[in-house]
Formats: sequence, C-alpha cells, structure tokens
Amino acid sequence: MSRTITLIEAVNEALSQEMERDDRVFLLGEDIGLSGGVFKATDGLLAKFGQERVLDTPLAEGAIIAAAIGSSMVGWRPVAEIQFADFITPATDQIIQQASKLRYRSAGGFTCPITIRVCCGGGGGSGLYHSQENAAWFAHEPGLKIVMPSTAYDAKGMLLAAIRDPDPVIFFEHKRLYRTVKDEVPEGDYTVPIGPAAVRREGRDLTILTYGSLTQPSLNAAADLSARNIEAEVIEIRTLAPLDKETILHSVRKTSKVLIVHEDKRTMGIGAELAAIVSEEAFEDLDGPIVRVTGPDVPAIPFAPPLDKAWQVDTHMIVAAAEKLAAY
Amino acid sequence: MSVTTMPERPPVTPEHAVFLLREMLRIRRFEEKAAEMYSLGKIHGFLHLYIGEEATGVGSMQAFTPDDAIVATYREHGHALARGMPARVLMAEMYGKVTGCSHGHGGSMHFFDTNRRFYGGYAIVGGGLPIAIGLALADQMQNRQAITACYFGDGAVAEGEFHESLNLAALWKLPVVFLCENNLYAMGTALERHQAQTDISRKAAVYGLSASAVDGMDVLAVEAATREAAASVRGGKGPYLLELRTYRFRAHSMADPDLYRTKEEIAEWKKRDPIVLFQNRLRESGMLTDEIVARIEAEVGDEIGQAVQFAEESPREPVEDLLKEVGGQNRS
Repeated sequence: MSRTITLIEAVNEALSQEMERDDRVFLLGEDIGLSGGVFKATDGLLAKFGQERVLDTPLAEGAIIAAAIGSSMVGWRPVAEIQFADFITPATDQIIQQASKLRYRSAGGFTCPITIRVCCGGGGGSGLYHSQENAAWFAHEPGLKIVMPSTAYDAKGMLLAAIRDPDPVIFFEHKRLYRTVKDEVPEGDYTVPIGPAAVRREGRDLTILTYGSLTQPSLNAAADLSARNIEAEVIEIRTLAPLDKETILHSVRKTSKVLIVHEDKRTMGIGAELAAIVSEEAFEDLDGPIVRVTGPDVPAIPFAPPLDKAWQVDTHMIVAAAEKLAAY
Repeated sequence: MSVTTMPERPPVTPEHAVFLLREMLRIRRFEEKAAEMYSLGKIHGFLHLYIGEEATGVGSMQAFTPDDAIVATYREHGHALARGMPARVLMAEMYGKVTGCSHGHGGSMHFFDTNRRFYGGYAIVGGGLPIAIGLALADQMQNRQAITACYFGDGAVAEGEFHESLNLAALWKLPVVFLCENNLYAMGTALERHQAQTDISRKAAVYGLSASAVDGMDVLAVEAATREAAASVRGGKGPYLLELRTYRFRAHSMADPDLYRTKEEIAEWKKRDPIVLFQNRLRESGMLTDEIVARIEAEVGDEIGQAVQFAEESPREPVEDLLKEVGGQNRS
C-alpha cells in the first residue's frame, strides 16, 4: 500500500520504521527530541522511542558527530541531525578528518556506519546562515557518501539505505522541498540504493544533469522546451558521491549535449566535476560546450527579497540556456 | 588542586613492581630503537617520542580492563604497548609494512586494534575526545560495565572539543576517565603561554566533573590515582578528569630542534626520570637486584630486536592497496 505524503513526512516515517526494525538505531541532535526538530522532521519520535534513543544535545556540532562516530565503532547505527547545513562547519573536523578516514586509516579495522541528516538550501528568505546548499564541501572527500533526494519516495528509501550503509552517509534534505514535495510512498519497508542516478525524463536533444531543489524546475523547463521541439533528457543525480558515471555518460552519448543545473555556487562545484567527467570520458561524443546554470559565486545567500530572488536559478534560466545549447 | 604525592603508597607486590618496570622499559627501549631506525631512514614521516612520560601510560593503563575502551593521542606508542599490542606490529606499522596494525596506512600516529578496544591514535589534536564520548555513550546504552579511557595532552585542552566533551560527559553522566598527560608543552608553546588557567585539573570543576592531579613521574602514584578515578567512574559517579603531570625528555618530534626550552630545564626534569626513580625505590626496598634488571633488559632487548627484524622482513604495503578500504566512494 502506498499513499501520498510530503518529503518531511517520508523522512520521519523512515526514521520511525528503522528504529522499530533495528534497536541499534538512535537519533541525536539539537532540538530533535522535545521540540521534534526545528522543521519537525523528528516529531513524535521522542514520545515513541524515549529519551534513550532520541537524544537532545547541546549546541556542539563537533561533539554530536563525534559521538555518532564513536558509538558507530562499537556497532550502533546513529543518525545525527545538523539543524542547518550552515551550522555544519564546527563538525567538519570530525566528518572530514575522522569519519571519512576511519576505515582507511584503520585498514578496515573499523567502519563508520553513521548517517548525518543535514537540512539545507535557500530560496526561502532565510538569509546568509540558514540557506546554504554546501554538499560540494564534502563531495571532495573520499570515504563519504552524499545523497540529496528530491522526492518523498526517494527520501524514505534513501534514508533507509543510508542508515543501513556501512559507511558514513551525509543525507541532505532541502528545506524548500520538505512540504512542497508530495508523492506516492509505500507504507512498508523498501530502499532506494545509494549510487544510481534517476532518468526523470527521456529526450534526444540534450541532457540536463541536476539534483535537489532544481530537479523539478529542470523538468518544468524540459516540458517547456518540448513545446518548442527540443527534447531534453533530465537526469537527477540523487547521489552526489559516488557519482553514477554510467547513467550520465550513457545519456551524453545519446544526446551529445550537456547542461548542468544546480543551486549551489558555481566555482569548484559539483557541476565542475560533472563537466570534467563528461569531457574526459565522452569528449568524442560531444557536439557543443558543456554548459552550467548554477547559483552565483556570492559568499552566502543575501536576505533582501530582490537579491534572494536574483540569486536563485529558475525555470526561465534553464530554458534559455538549453535553447542556446540545442542550437549548436 | 593539590598534587597527589602518595607518601603512603599502597603495598605493591614484587611481581607487580617488576612488571611495571618492565613495561616502562619496553616503551623506552622500543622508542630508542625507533629513533635509531628513523635516523637510519628505516622509518620516515613524523615520529613523536614518549620518552620521559612512560610512567603515565604504564601506571594508568593498569586501571583499565580488556573490556574498557582506550582512545589515545598521536604520541601513542606507549599507550599501545601498555595496552598489550605486540611491539612487532607497531614497529611494522612505523615501517609502513603491510603487517602493521593498520597495514601501513597509518604509521606512527595512527595505531588501531579492534581486539584490544584500542580506538586509535589521533593526529588531529583533541579529535579523539568527543569520539570517546560516543564510545562511552554506546557502552552506557548497552548497559555494559566498560568505561572509556581518553588520553590527550595539555595542548588539547585549548581545543573547543575538550570543552564540548567534558560538558557532554558530565551532562550525560558518561563513564569516561579523561587523562590529560600534561608535559608542559603544546609542541613548542609552554603551558603558561597557551593557557589562562594553567592548573588543568581545575577546568573540570565548572562542568561538575571530579578531578585530581598526580605526579606523572611516579608510576605507583599514577596507578593509584587512576585506579581511584576509574573506581569512581565505575561506581556511577560520572566522568573524571585526571591530570598526569609529566615531561618529555626528547623534542616534540624528530624534526623539532627543541629551541623553546633550556637545557637546564630538561636536565632538571631528567633527574626525575620515571624509570630511574622507580628502579632506585625498588632497590632500596629490596625488590630489585642487578640480576633482575639484567634479565628484564635482556628480554626487552630480545623483544625489540625481534620487532625490528619482523618489520624489516615484512613486505611493503602493496601499491594495489592504495584504494583499499577507502569505503564510501568508488571513484575509479
């Protein structure tokens, strides 16, 4: 049986069902218990599982992640919440220096099966330090898996896969999608594997590589383009690390043109890596430049509404770039 | 905070006394040999010696059972040996050989041993402190009786993670013994140049931890103080901060010219060499003879010699292992 629920309800359901299924799963984070989380992603879980499995923590992101790492080394399956992606910096030492390297530096002696749920993303007028989509900071680090779903179905299935994964997974939840995205989600247990990208729309003329909050605008753009006789294939890179090269390259070989669309800043971003992969591995198949439509290189998302809007990539920008590329 | 000088020491059996001496000598001779091999180019990278601090690791480790978890520092050869890791796998690790405890991935600063609950050396100063919180939390959630011993130096107390960890340990009443090996220098910066409050054990009070400080050059005093701390933690009284006041006789690392302290200061501390002090006391009490010392030295020499031979003869880590155990991402 499945029914239509929001992305945040899917997150909550995944946590609840996995805690019922596996005693080793526990949650820790700021305001996740009594308050049920700033966005209510963990609402009701304290009442259901008690304070021994839903731990409200001090504002100490480094210690939150480290506590997860330490407990995972002895068999627990902690799920830590970072309230806003912007607040993750105090924990980067533990994520990058400890979690990502633990398996390697102990030569497999220890693994680090932690899940870090991170609420990210802009576009809501939340300002400089409550809006960043910073997955690229971590995608540089081998040893980490990074996912960012854009549907409720994937949110539940990938969160379950993340918790069961033997390695550290950073699970980005885009706050603008929490309640705007609603789709069919099975009531029971299932996983969506970490790794494979999803072909969301097939097309012959160009490939749009996107993820997160710009998946739906890219699909809207593709519908728009179709009316102008340009058929775009839309691939959602649900897993940013490891990247699904096979699906990406297969599409590029078919369409010969690549448009990369993401919310985050441009320079040294996920798009740059995607472009490099396509250039290195499908150069002969290309029939036009690899084009990026991304957030601008501003240090953080400005507060004032006109600036906030100017910062965002929208459907029109994607359509314009695609038309230009298709004309090559 | 007064330093426990232990004028009235608890009775110690001759066997235990000789064991402690032997453990300290194993570490001293192991590291002297490591320094020699470093000078010969057999060991590369950074090498941080524990020489002078043997009483802190050996004395304190007696208070922990095989079920307890150990989190160490980057100056962790002594902790690893005192925990029972074989000298040969440590030497091989320092040689970068595949027979090392981390298959040569780690080297001197990154010893691990799953079987002995030795959760790593940590080359990021302070990095191990909050991980100890996680280990203790896990043990507590499992209703295990185990406690976590978390070693760090005086330099680590300047890190935010020290304070986050003490707060969380006290807040959640976690079974952790925090062991600060205060050797008076954060690399080349003297304690009074990096700490506003130089009495480290006093930092525990604001978090509500029990705390004490002990002469880290006196192995029996360290053992007694750590047993007391561990008993307090095992008794459910919450975490404990024990400051072990010690001194390293060698430079921070083999690459350090040691220009930030005087020769006189080092010479003064060497008069309190923990091994010499302990040997003298044992001789005075009749527990030690020249024959026993000669026998221990010979046995330790054999063990270290065999460790070097094992490391020398072991194969290099194969380059095919470069991507082994990366985990997470298969990027090739």
